[in-house]
Amino acid sequence: VGCEDGSVKLFQVVPEGIQFERNLDRRKGRILCLSWHPSDTHIAAGSIDILRVFDVSSGQTVQRIMVNYHVQKVKRECVVWSIAFLSSGTVITSDSFGRVQFWDWQQGTLLESHTVSTSAVLSLAVSEKEDSIIVGTSTGATYQFQLLPVKMGSLEKRWVRTKPFQHHTHDVRAVAHSSTALISGGLDAQLVIRPLMEKVQKKGYDAALRKFIFPHRRLVSCARKARLLLFQFSQHLELWRLGSTDTTGKDGEVLPLRRMPEHLVQLKSKGPEHIYCSSVSPCGSWLAYSTASRFHLYRVQYEGDGVSVKKVPKAPKLLLPAYQLQFSADSGSLFVASARGSVHVLQLLEPGGCKHLHTFRPPSGSPEAVYLLAASADGHWVAAVSGDWAIHIYNLKCLKHHCTVPTYSCAVTALAIHPVTNNLVIAYSDQQLFEFSIPEKQYTAWSRTVQNCGLHKVWLERDSPITHITFNPKNPSHILLHDIYMFCVLDKSLPLPDNSALLMNQSTLKQLPENARQRQLHAFKICKKFQPLLFADLLDENCLVMVERPIMDIKTQLPLPIQQKKFGT
Amino acid sequence: MVAPGTLRVVRCGGNTLHGARAVFSADSKYLLCAAGDFVKMYSVATEETVRVMGGHADLVTGIQLNPQNHMQLYSSSLDGSIKLWDFMDGIPIKTFTVGSKLMALYTLARFEDSVFAVIPKSGERDTFQLVSVKLTKAAGQDLEARELSVVLDGVDASPKHIAFGREGAYVASVKDIILQVYFFKQKQLNRFSVSAVKAKSGNNHFTCIACHPTEDCIATGHADGKIRLWRNFYHKKEYTFSTLHWHHDTVMDLAFSVEGTNLLSGGVESVLVLWRNESDRQKDFLPRLGSAIEYISMSSDGTLCCTLHTDNRITIINSNLRFSKSIQGLIKSTDVKTGLVVDPRTKALVLNGEPGHLQFYCLQSDQQLFSLDIVQRQYIHQAGLNQADLVKVAFSAQGKWLATVEEREEATDPELQLKLWFYDEETQSFKLNTRINMPHEDHITDMCFRDMDELEDDSLILVTAGRDCVFKVWAMVEDTDPEAQQSVSWSCDFVGSYHNYQATNCCFSEDGSLLAVSFEETVTVWDSVTWDLKCTFCHPPGKIRNICFGRQTCSKYLIGATDHGFLCCWNLLSCALEWSAHLNILVLQPDPLSEHIAAVSWLSKESSLFVFKPNEPRPIYIQRNLCKEKIQLAAFVPRDEPETTGSEKYLWLRRSQLFFLTDTQELMTLSTKSLEERLTPSSKQLAVEESLPVTPFSLLLGKHRRQQAQEDIDLGKLVVHNKHEQDSPAVKELLHTPAHVLPSASFLCPIFINSLLISKENKSAEEVADEVEMESEKTEDDSDEERDVTEMEQEDTSALELLGEMTCKLSKAQEKELRKIRKTDYSWVSAF
Repeated sequence: VGCEDGSVKLFQVVPEGIQFERNLDRRKGRILCLSWHPSDTHIAAGSIDILRVFDVSSGQTVQRIMVNYHVQKVKRECVVWSIAFLSSGTVITSDSFGRVQFWDWQQGTLLESHTVSTSAVLSLAVSEKEDSIIVGTSTGATYQFQLLPVKMGSLEKRWVRTKPFQHHTHDVRAVAHSSTALISGGLDAQLVIRPLMEKVQKKGYDAALRKFIFPHRRLVSCARKARLLLFQFSQHLELWRLGSTDTTGKDGEVLPLRRMPEHLVQLKSKGPEHIYCSSVSPCGSWLAYSTASRFHLYRVQYEGDGVSVKKVPKAPKLLLPAYQLQFSADSGSLFVASARGSVHVLQLLEPGGCKHLHTFRPPSGSPEAVYLLAASADGHWVAAVSGDWAIHIYNLKCLKHHCTVPTYSCAVTALAIHPVTNNLVIAYSDQQLFEFSIPEKQYTAWSRTVQNCGLHKVWLERDSPITHITFNPKNPSHILLHDIYMFCVLDKSLPLPDNSALLMNQSTLKQLPENARQRQLHAFKICKKFQPLLFADLLDENCLVMVERPIMDIKTQLPLPIQQKKFGT
Repeated sequence: MVAPGTLRVVRCGGNTLHGARAVFSADSKYLLCAAGDFVKMYSVATEETVRVMGGHADLVTGIQLNPQNHMQLYSSSLDGSIKLWDFMDGIPIKTFTVGSKLMALYTLARFEDSVFAVIPKSGERDTFQLVSVKLTKAAGQDLEARELSVVLDGVDASPKHIAFGREGAYVASVKDIILQVYFFKQKQLNRFSVSAVKAKSGNNHFTCIACHPTEDCIATGHADGKIRLWRNFYHKKEYTFSTLHWHHDTVMDLAFSVEGTNLLSGGVESVLVLWRNESDRQKDFLPRLGSAIEYISMSSDGTLCCTLHTDNRITIINSNLRFSKSIQGLIKSTDVKTGLVVDPRTKALVLNGEPGHLQFYCLQSDQQLFSLDIVQRQYIHQAGLNQADLVKVAFSAQGKWLATVEEREEATDPELQLKLWFYDEETQSFKLNTRINMPHEDHITDMCFRDMDELEDDSLILVTAGRDCVFKVWAMVEDTDPEAQQSVSWSCDFVGSYHNYQATNCCFSEDGSLLAVSFEETVTVWDSVTWDLKCTFCHPPGKIRNICFGRQTCSKYLIGATDHGFLCCWNLLSCALEWSAHLNILVLQPDPLSEHIAAVSWLSKESSLFVFKPNEPRPIYIQRNLCKEKIQLAAFVPRDEPETTGSEKYLWLRRSQLFFLTDTQELMTLSTKSLEERLTPSSKQLAVEESLPVTPFSLLLGKHRRQQAQEDIDLGKLVVHNKHEQDSPAVKELLHTPAHVLPSASFLCPIFINSLLISKENKSAEEVADEVEMESEKTEDDSDEERDVTEMEQEDTSALELLGEMTCKLSKAQEKELRKIRKTDYSWVSAF
């Protein structure tokens, strides 16, 4: 750990946590970045104007290199923002002058220097083979450097700046180099995965550029009965009451509101920690959230127009942070997904108390954290997905493990239990959909048909995962799914589309006459009207709530990007 | 050789001069350029044309130094032959006939007896292949070279689209969006492509290619202005490239520096960009090179770089990106709208030059005298932008006044400006006197001054004819405004029209008393004093294309050429048609110094020249098939002194020379002299002198010669010749005897040393001695500067020896001589 005061501290990672071991040679100047030599014998540390190399065993500074030595008449300080130590003994630094420099640490000499930008180079990452690096700059551009032979067959190799990419508008704060892709993330709240085409073997999901703006997690929870929405921000929660209308209209019309939506409560979390997960009970009177270290439960009371929030006393202190919170349908209990693979069941007591009821543990004893939960409407079942992608189903009546869904080779992105049939619907990150009957402990017939026929190509090629699944209680064959870009009603009673059919056919269907329309119908009814879509849920039979978060709203809150002259403007 | 006395059509400038990259000679003293059917050799130091090597029957498409012998040059041409030249002497050594059109030529040091050429693929249109041509070593001048082996298929015809990699290990070729790299040793062909047309930033096509001289790196230029640097291209999949982007339009050419650390690129912006270390952060620019850069080439020692421009200019640039020299002949402009005009003052040809400029082109030296900025507005290199251009120009008889018309094409009505320039004797340049905005409502079709040599200034008038159906007479008026800087300005004096027809041509008679203005089908003749319409002529059908008055003895005739292919001659006294001939005349040009009129006709794709006197309908000279190109303009340029050699038949060429400009902007003339005679002999001598390679020996020899030359000048022609004669045989003998018959070095050495000594006998003449003393002091100073280093070493020794008794006995002059001898001797030793 490098510190602002110039010290580098070594910690030992032990099963119980981390343990301070010793301080390395301390000098003046902030330590801004650190890198281990792959053989763990040395550490390179970047500071202001200099970089230092420590011997780990002795703790001494064995090399000190001025990065600014040969720049004439520069008054500004040069900040080494990022550093990498290669096994060959080359130290790569990126600094605030926009340079990427390669040093021989033993000689203390500059091997190569590339000026990539007029502004700072903030981040740097090396590929596993150490033949390619990626750097991110504060102008939002990322550059790849490759170690290439100077001549065919010769051993002399040189770092060459090859591919520039401009996917960000603001600082690129973090970069990563996987074996097939360059990954960058920045201040503009985007995560970009740029595949290296020459490393990708076949065309597929990996071969396309991916941009992520929102986390693949549910950030909104809904109290259906109370018609409340809880929005989770990084440091606070907001509870809103939905507006309502009593008029009806045609498709596309905006109806006048009888009651305006109402901001009820803003709950700020204490301390610097980010809120990890949150939930509101279906009745709206319980509210829970968890940060990295603490779990909070609140009782919300509505007195006329006023709202009062009261912290539930004696909430059990959970040792480990909660990764997911889920209230039962009757608001009588709360399921807490823990980092250790277990699910805690808390019983909520009127008028404002709770007690720990039971802890479910997976039979395999897997230590992977549970990150998704689904509870059945009848209060019989709870399904939990752990980090090893195993889905465990627990029986709440007997308080024991019921069964495990056959493991699939992809991460689960959303799951829900059907209120009528108790079928568990699972969406995977490769866009596959499965339906698992909990009472029968097997995949349903429909799920097998889907697997036999295969899903539509266009569906599989979508690049954002399903983040939420819900059901229509009036029509049991309807499954409602959504991701960031679309909302889909999956009608199990209709035939599945084959690859030749148009997947998004709603607009063409509208123009067809009735009998032709019947022939064209297929199971996927997709609506792309709301983008980016954060949340969609069915409040009651004829009321659907959609939460949209326009990207422009986020962008206007960002600081101004670095001014760059653009040719022709 | 053409027999003397017959007229030949001689190309003397212009055209698209450059079909290939220029080549520097190995010592960077000469620049070799493909110029039309010729190869021209310029001296880098003096910018002069040293030699023109002709022999190809069609356009020269490639020139390359012989890698085995740097004094030889290969040239290829569309006529299907490769010639090997000794360019120092201008002698064609060998001609290899390949048999198919050669589009480009490349030589490689690795391939000793073969060269590479691009030829069209037989049987297919517009497909080309790169072949290696085996050059047979047989004796004889004309050889067949039919042994071709295909290296690459589907290449582009342009010489810029193929480049050979370091040490000839691979060849890279680009076409459209495909890059092909062929490795000779591995026999491996790799193909790469860039993504096809992007709508936003123009197209992605390759335009040029260059290979790094020492590394495996290929630079390609693209139509959207990007430069890509390809590496790792021996892997089909893991190849990689980086992009450099500065040019906003097509990258026209690329060149690596000799070490490969720098990359030069040029394009339509007329800016030479130097990219250092293949980084887009470190670049330098050499802007304002005048016009788009077409080719870039580097000298082999890396000290010089040369850019060939689309307007035929050659720029030589130092390695530190400083403009060094410019070789410019006739600048090619997009369109010669002004016609060919002769400046009466300098006898230079005046026409459109750079956009908005007027170039003064000296015919004798094939050089641009100067360029006059008429439009005086920044020219923006951008397609589809209407910019003001010069359309008409006229000089007054003495060259004192210059009238120019510029116009900017607009969708609705053109923007016109008439400018009158006065020649300022002090600054020796034209100064703007009057600017008239919108002199006419529509395009100006013709403009002329009243040519009256002997008359006063105030009789000077200018007539402009416009498409707005009027002709206007402009005259000078005294400026009454006391704040005005000049005493006179121009204003409109008279506006004439005829039946609302468009005025197309105007012309004054020789004495200035009559003005002829053609209005579509009719020629009107006006009295230039009273502006009365005197008479009209017409020859229906067909509009009048050209008119001119006869000169001298034939001044009573008016000649006109019509659209329908008639040449008519009207008698002004009888107001009747004298004669007419059925000829499709494009150019009608009277000789200002004689009564002859030259007419160029265009019939069935060939131009013919007719020279006639107006008083007789039979032409005195006819040259059919003057050239294949359409002749657009012609001008008689007065000779400095009348030519004497011409036979009776070519009397009309005695006082002036006729020049033509074709539609490809090639300047041609008619001459009885052969090509070699036209080059100045001095420049040839220069070539031989400079051709000696720089060795310590040649330095010594050169010094020796220079000294002699200086003495030649110093002593006048009286004394020195015998010494020169005395000395040179020994040296000459030494140099010119074959090595195997030379006697031993110990025998030769004394002779050689003696030859370097300056004998005292010559100096005995006393009347010369004083002069010598003074002058030689000077020369010594000069040589001192040149030989600073050696002087330093010698200082103490010379001081010691000067103290000896020798110095006391010798006269002052002898002492000087002695010192000189010593110096020469020592420097020779140190050079060894």
